[in-house]
Amino acid sequence: MSAGEQPEEAETTYREAMREALRDALRADDRVFLMGEDVGRYGGCFGVSLGLLEEFGPERVRDTPLSESAFVGAGIGAALAGMRPIVEIMTVNFSLLALDQILNNAATLLHMSGGQLPVPLVIRMTTGAGRQLAAQHSHSLEGWYAHIPGIRVLAPATIEDARHMLAPALADPDPVLIFEHGSLYNASGVLSPPAAPADIDHATVRRPGTDISMITYGGSLSKALAAADELSTEGISAEVVDLRTLRPLDNEAITATVAHTHRAVIVDEAWRTGSLTAEISARIAEESFYELDAPVERVCSAEVPIPYARRLEEAALPQIADIVAAAHRAVG
Amino acid sequence: MAEFTMPSLGADMDEGTLQEWLVHPGDQVHKGDPVAVVETAKSMIEVECFETGTVKKLFVEPGTTVPVGTALALIQPTAERPQKAEKPRKHEKPRRPEKAEAKRPTRRAPQRAPAPTRPETTAGPEPPAAHRRGHIEAGPLLRHLAERRGIELETLKGSGPGGRVTRTDVEQSAAAAEAAAPPSRVRATPLARRLAAELDIDLTTVTGTGKDGAVQATDVREAAPGPATTAPPARHVTGPVRPSGDRSAAMRQAIAGLMARANRDIPHYYLSTSVDMAAAMDWLHERNRRAPVGERLLPAALLLKATAVAARDVPELNGFWTDDHFTAGDGVHLGVAVSLRGGGLVAPALRDADTLELPQLMTSLKDLVARARTGRLRGSEVSGSTITVTNLGDQSVEAVFGVIYPPQVALVGFGRVVDRPLAVDGLLGIRPVVTATLSADHRATDGAVGARYLTVVNRLLQNPEQL
Repeated sequence: MSAGEQPEEAETTYREAMREALRDALRADDRVFLMGEDVGRYGGCFGVSLGLLEEFGPERVRDTPLSESAFVGAGIGAALAGMRPIVEIMTVNFSLLALDQILNNAATLLHMSGGQLPVPLVIRMTTGAGRQLAAQHSHSLEGWYAHIPGIRVLAPATIEDARHMLAPALADPDPVLIFEHGSLYNASGVLSPPAAPADIDHATVRRPGTDISMITYGGSLSKALAAADELSTEGISAEVVDLRTLRPLDNEAITATVAHTHRAVIVDEAWRTGSLTAEISARIAEESFYELDAPVERVCSAEVPIPYARRLEEAALPQIADIVAAAHRAVG
Repeated sequence: MAEFTMPSLGADMDEGTLQEWLVHPGDQVHKGDPVAVVETAKSMIEVECFETGTVKKLFVEPGTTVPVGTALALIQPTAERPQKAEKPRKHEKPRRPEKAEAKRPTRRAPQRAPAPTRPETTAGPEPPAAHRRGHIEAGPLLRHLAERRGIELETLKGSGPGGRVTRTDVEQSAAAAEAAAPPSRVRATPLARRLAAELDIDLTTVTGTGKDGAVQATDVREAAPGPATTAPPARHVTGPVRPSGDRSAAMRQAIAGLMARANRDIPHYYLSTSVDMAAAMDWLHERNRRAPVGERLLPAALLLKATAVAARDVPELNGFWTDDHFTAGDGVHLGVAVSLRGGGLVAPALRDADTLELPQLMTSLKDLVARARTGRLRGSEVSGSTITVTNLGDQSVEAVFGVIYPPQVALVGFGRVVDRPLAVDGLLGIRPVVTATLSADHRATDGAVGARYLTVVNRLLQNPEQL
């Protein structure tokens, strides 16, 4: 099934938007190629690259062995050699097998070579829970990657961002990690034509509000927006900020929204301890302390391996009711 | 017999209101003990006595306003003999670490503690002048505990042997205070604190509606049109000491009178010089980097110390112009202009500021400013400064030309330390510069002396490590 001929305004899904972005990239630049486990004949384990092998051939859409360290390393080598590889890792849990390549090679080579060896590599991977895939396929470790200097970490939360963030990510001379929340692939909507090239530097306000800021990204954005809807029925006006880029964090956006509403709830599916929410809370304390009219609230996953059983999984993850409750605590 | 009279606590004071006696007839007092709380137009002040002896009689009832010089009490002097042996007793500090002889519970106890039922075996004979106010036997741990809980040890009735204050006493008192009174630190959000400061609202007067009664921004905004300021909390006062009348209006009057007199009577001359602060700031940064946060110095400490040392080197500017002649000060007691919340100004003295080590000066300064702002200065601090410094560095002005505080003959002003292009050794560079000014009394000195003074200040600040 090809979405290529569809007009931009048509109903589409996050999965199709991502596929369109890949197709665009493969068409636009001969140096771009896609590789990963099952990206070719199987069409990607989440169906993102379905049909691309037929269109671009096995040279440009390459199936790899089950060895994350090897094929991410190969991607780094190809990038060093002048190619523009897009590497797909099935889930963030498996990416830890390639962490040595990502941290010790991709993120550091530019620095260690005195600026001579940029690594223009894009790594896509799935993150997050909510689909009953149990602990080894469900964690949200993007915060760990956001810890690493030398890489950029993106978290497209909308169909628009899925469609338009890949091109600037490929244009970035440094390694870029794109985290796609697994529950988003089926999200559908009408893709509006882009007003401007996708911004991979700045956070954005997805819903303006005056009483409280909800700072989130990726798979938690829709929950935050739903919570904001619910709060609005009680007369609480929540501003929802989508971080979009987890590294570098958009300090100005965080400062601005806290200065605007004076209260913050940070929503993240990752574990609380040592998380991105911790980092954002710390920055608010450092830079916006005197703007705060309530303690910062965090809504995170329970600090357990994500369970398989549906009820338990739901209980472990941040839910709309949890976000609403946190907002109530903050608004007081 | 010696009379204890209403002291003159500064040139702008001609009368004072006795607010509270800290002693009773029959009490032993020592030189330097606070004996009474006096309210002047500017502040609540603990007045120390200059005699050692027994209080025979109190003449004036609390609440009475009397002119300066009026006898307030009669003190029968005693020979210093018995105290001579006890060195620490001569310290001016009202509190000191334990290890002292057994003493009766303090005078400040709400009710007089009963006589010890079982005298401590280790205690020596009770010295005659034992129950000096403010002295209480307590170990460092207990003092630390009390300080942390915001309890004045002197207000406690000891339940331990010999009327000693025990840990339980402190904890019970803290619990009682917590239950009875609002906590000393108001629970408020940072935004509420900022707003309260901006709107000049006392947070203690605001009712919080947030979690656990926390004051939030809306509470402050709601309280905004209310009274501009309330009396500063009298931290050390046991009984309620209410300022009489409108303090801020009275203070304005006092400042108006004194400053009008200064400008009318004193022919001021003004000098100003720019001081290169590169060496001083470098030294300060280097020193502060190694120091724990609590011990870091502000540039003000260097400026004040330089001002004081220079006043020792140029004594013509350190003293008083009275009866048409100049009298040099008996030391450098540096008056520090402190602006009060809700308006007004006091200039309490840092005694012997030229001899204070920088950390000590910093500590004294912090203490002095804090007490000035809570309206609890001591008589010896309010009067007797020999030269005054006004530092508006935190107000982002570059220079201040002040009015002399009579009968002093000089006032030193500092502006903000700003980065300026400055030619040094024929090269232009960007360096931190502060403008030091001198307002001096032309009757006492001429410009040459003033110039010498500012030169010394400048020289001292170039060698900060020697300050």
